[in-house]
Formats: sequence, C-alpha cells, structure tokens
Amino acid sequence: MTEAETTETTVWSSIVVEAPIDRAFSVFTQGIGSWFPAEYNLLGVDIAERVFEPRVGGHVYDRGVDGSECHWARVLVYEPPTRVVFSWDLSPQFQVEADPEKTSEIEAQFIAETPQRTRVDLEHRHLDRHGEGWEQSRSILDGDGGWAGCLRSFAKRLAA
Amino acid sequence: MKTVEAPGWAALGDPTRRAIFERLADRPRPVAELALELPVSRPAVSQHLKVLKNAQLVVDQRVGTQRIYRVDPRGLDALRVDVERFWKKALTAYKSAVEHGTEDL
Repeated sequence: MTEAETTETTVWSSIVVEAPIDRAFSVFTQGIGSWFPAEYNLLGVDIAERVFEPRVGGHVYDRGVDGSECHWARVLVYEPPTRVVFSWDLSPQFQVEADPEKTSEIEAQFIAETPQRTRVDLEHRHLDRHGEGWEQSRSILDGDGGWAGCLRSFAKRLAA
Repeated sequence: MKTVEAPGWAALGDPTRRAIFERLADRPRPVAELALELPVSRPAVSQHLKVLKNAQLVVDQRVGTQRIYRVDPRGLDALRVDVERFWKKALTAYKSAVEHGTEDL
C-alpha cells in the first residue's frame, strides 16, 4: 500500500479534554460504554454492558440484556496511558468480520498537555476495506431508517 | 436524521472493485493491465470501472490509443466526510464522559 492511498483512506480527528491522561485513557478504553454511540448495537436487544478487554488480543464487545454477545473489535495495541489501536470488525453482511483484510483500524494517541489536560489524536485508517458494511453501520449511527433493514438481514443470516 | 450517503461505499462493497481501486491507488493503469492482473475478463473490468467512475472514485483520460484510469480524490473526500462526522459526534460524547462522568475506572 502506498503512502498516498493510506492518506486518502484515513480520517483524523482530535479533541482536548480537561482531565489527566490516565483518566482520558481509561474512559476511552474500559469506559467505552459511557461514550461510544449506544445506537450502534448489532444485538437486536438492549445493551446491558459494553466491554473493552484491556490487553492485546482482547475484544470489544456488547453484552445484551438477554445474555447474547456481539464482538465487534479486536485490541491490536494496548499501551496505557498513551496509545491504543483496535480493529473495526464489521462485514457487509452486518456480522463480525473474521477476515482482518476487510477491517479498518482505529488508533488513538494520548498526549498530556498539562497534568489536568489531555489531547487525544485519533486516526481511522483503511476505510476502503469496508465497502457496504461501513455504509450500513453508519446508517445506524446516524439514526436514519437503515437500522430496521440491517437487523432484518442479520436475523435472516442467523436463521440460515 | 437523514444523511446523504457517499455513493463510494456501495461501489467498494464488491471485492473485485475494491481490488481494482487498490491497484489504481497504487498508480494509474490502463484497462488492459488491470485485466491481466485480475482473474476477470476485460469487459468485466470495464464494467467495474464504470461503477467506480459513477461513484466518483476513479477518473479516466485518453492517452494515445489507451484509456488510463486513476483515483478521483472527490469520491474519497466524500467517504472521509461521512467518517469525520461520526467521530466528531463520538468524541464530543467522549469529552463529556471524561469531564463529567462519575464512573470509577
């Protein structure tokens, strides 16, 4: 992959939070359930818990109120409190994508600007690997009519 | 909230089109070269290029007797805008959770 393509299929975002770096890191990772959009939910039932396993090889997953689970990310790098990388494992069929060649990656770096202020630099790369899967997930994130159709196709897959 | 979806997402949903797109991102290429590199016929490659072109992901240019395809930055920008919008919303919620949340982590 060339550098040009990497740039073209990458999104950067940054935010400054009024908190020490340790808290910024722990809320981003283990506290992901407190901020990552709740409407992003593949389970079909309400989320009881959103879990971030704090280690390389760990998963990010949702546990539904009925005990079902959806694993939707893998932790690739875990270096508290400065850096974390995880995959975004969604296939066009709206199931967990097992093929890492078809997943994008999110890297977050934490920089202490002062003891009470932290900058978070986020990079979401390899976006082109998703195709339609990302489009469907984004429809849910944006809260438009896409959710019902995606859920139906998910249920159909389970029944097949 | 109804949003306009970048047509590029659907176009890249096909694995062959993704393979073509990745090769063009590496460097511009004529149709014949793409057909040699991929396990699909030349007419099939042309058809995929047409879809990518409609989604504004590639542009073509006639050079002598050949038509050279390259990545179109406009389509990629549209994809990025969608993702940027998502992260802006998510990171705003994150900031609020960090600064006002009471959970003990």
